[in-house]
Amino acid sequence: MSDEKKPGLQSPLRRKLLMGMAALPAMSMLPRTSFAQAPATSAINTTGLAVTDTEVTVGILHSVTGTMAISETGSVQAEKLAIDQINAMGGVLGRKIKFIQEDGASDWPTFAEKAKKLLVNDKVAAIMGCWTSASRKAVLPVMEQYNGMLYYPTFYEGLEQSKNVIYTGQEATQQILAGLDWVSKTKNGKSFYLIGSDYIWPRTSMKIARKHIEGKLGGKVSGEEYFPLGHTQFNSVINKIKLTKPDVIYAAVVGGSNVAFYKQLKAAGIDLSKQTMLTISVTEDEIDGIGGENIAGAYACMKYFQSLDNPNNKEFVAAFKKMWGEKTVIGDVTQAAYLGPWLWKMTVEKAGSFDVDKIAAASAGIEFTKAPEGYVKIHPNHHLWSKARVGQAQLDGQFKVVYETPELIEPDPFPKGYQ
Amino acid sequence: MFGDYSIGDLGAIFAMQGFAGLILFSVYVLMALGLAIIFGQMGVINMAHGEFMILGAYVTWMTSSFFQSHLPSLFSGYFFVAMILAFIASGSLGMLVEWGLIRHLYKRPLDTLLATWGLSLILQQAYRSVFGAREVGVELPQWMMGSKQVTDTIEVPINGIFVMCLTLAITMVVAWIMFKSRWGKQVRAVVQNRVMAGAVGINTEKVDRYTFGLGCGIAGIAGSAFTMIGSTGPTSGQLYIVDTFLVVVFGGAASLFGTIASAFTISQAQSTMEFFMSGSMAKVLTLLTIVAILMIRPQGLFALKVRK
Repeated sequence: MSDEKKPGLQSPLRRKLLMGMAALPAMSMLPRTSFAQAPATSAINTTGLAVTDTEVTVGILHSVTGTMAISETGSVQAEKLAIDQINAMGGVLGRKIKFIQEDGASDWPTFAEKAKKLLVNDKVAAIMGCWTSASRKAVLPVMEQYNGMLYYPTFYEGLEQSKNVIYTGQEATQQILAGLDWVSKTKNGKSFYLIGSDYIWPRTSMKIARKHIEGKLGGKVSGEEYFPLGHTQFNSVINKIKLTKPDVIYAAVVGGSNVAFYKQLKAAGIDLSKQTMLTISVTEDEIDGIGGENIAGAYACMKYFQSLDNPNNKEFVAAFKKMWGEKTVIGDVTQAAYLGPWLWKMTVEKAGSFDVDKIAAASAGIEFTKAPEGYVKIHPNHHLWSKARVGQAQLDGQFKVVYETPELIEPDPFPKGYQ
Repeated sequence: MFGDYSIGDLGAIFAMQGFAGLILFSVYVLMALGLAIIFGQMGVINMAHGEFMILGAYVTWMTSSFFQSHLPSLFSGYFFVAMILAFIASGSLGMLVEWGLIRHLYKRPLDTLLATWGLSLILQQAYRSVFGAREVGVELPQWMMGSKQVTDTIEVPINGIFVMCLTLAITMVVAWIMFKSRWGKQVRAVVQNRVMAGAVGINTEKVDRYTFGLGCGIAGIAGSAFTMIGSTGPTSGQLYIVDTFLVVVFGGAASLFGTIASAFTISQAQSTMEFFMSGSMAKVLTLLTIVAILMIRPQGLFALKVRK
């Protein structure tokens, strides 16, 4: 199926649906007639996936228990919303999407085991899932051995590419370089203090950041610090920051440490409206725990903010809140997770088949014009073209977008000169 | 790294750094006191200590929301109410747990380790189901935020001062209870010889229950205070448990004074090293030192002298 025939994407019906999700069950009856023209199952499913004449099964694999539940909850919600909306439009190739949800329980071997179960026992056509790099690394060999298709939502360190994975988040250079360029230009940042949690993502990101600062921007790195995951005492490093007086604090602290870091910065009298702080690890989700008053003034570099002002995003935010409650917030990764089911649906329709090999081959060039972040396109390396944006944290926990790259940034998971 | 700075600047930084060490010391004492009481006086290894702390944090969060919506005029003082409620909530849960679980395991100390670890998992999932998987943000009254300018260049965080005062107060109360009150005498008697204490008419079961409740209650207060400096989520308790055990074991399990001394040593070492090297390396060195000292002195810094 060609691109101009993305069925119903622009139709007024969908807009109405988004405004009134309550009407979904009734509305979903409407496109039933289209089932008659749906292609025969034997033609579009040659590898024995769980596809019937009326249904196709996908898997959702995230942690809903354990440490990571805090982060992954939003992704699960976004994926369910997307599946609901796709079903309301008639599903994929005339088949309703049914999902089987498995819990990775924040435990990497469990992720691998559950992925295997989804692929081998349930024969799911695709898996939307994983969050941390560790869980993705655990699942990757399973996906490759049993030839599954994974849609992975988190921004991550790059250095990976697989036929069996579509990375809907940013790889490191997409998130880091534009933000550093911006801060160096508009805030006249010359010296940077890098601080992160001690694992692969912050370390790889900081390595790229350091190369860019020293090589391209002509600035200097006045400090680079890593703290064990779960570290809660930052007073010493805050004193060090006070001593070195960097133009920019560049932070990639995650989890509970994140909350402690910003609370203690605030308590130590570092005023983020005067001291420039650029972070790549704080989204609207994290601010929920940190508290807007503790982080107001800081800048975050992401591709998506809930406050983005475009019609796609307004629809998305309204639908999300309708489904999951007024108080829920939507962070960068949640939006990226929402893209997964849509990209998969469009790829299936382009390939005219649920076969994983055909989907992997057809993925390159898939465009999603209704993405809440604006517009995305799958690169042949299975990452997304996307924009980078800088937002400033506000007291109410939202970001005000202050900068956006004019062009889509090409994904480059193996950046030359940055390794 | 100090070449470019004036003497005044350096003095200010060292003063603030000393203060950072003292804050860390107070935090360590506060989180270890409850555990030291339970571990030291009863020999129970309470792996769910962190979860009792987080219960206190959640109580604080609920109190703050309640004051915000119902008594906004009294919001600036809610923290004190919250700490009392946190003590009551964690203490009652502690007594309930002692009655339902721990007292059946006094003769099997290793099993209490497993049982309380299981309890910690149950509590974590309970928090997740009740309060949601996401962290909650506890809003603080204005006067508790920010820092106090001592001189032009020296400023100290207000929440740090608050934690220090709180730690001092609680340590004094605990010391009074343990060494001056009649009940403290009973506790110490039970520790030294349970059978004999029972024979002279001390209700040992009741002493056990209240001791456990007191330890958990103090954990609740600690959790409440830590909403100022850390996160409040279902698994936040896990962030503290390792450091807590470190302090208690290093200090010598049965000695409250040892706990304080060990908290001081560890916090000063940690915060000084963190200043001169990266955070992860500082942690590694601290742990190595502690392991080395414990190899030479397995009973910890201060051991209770009892006739074996």
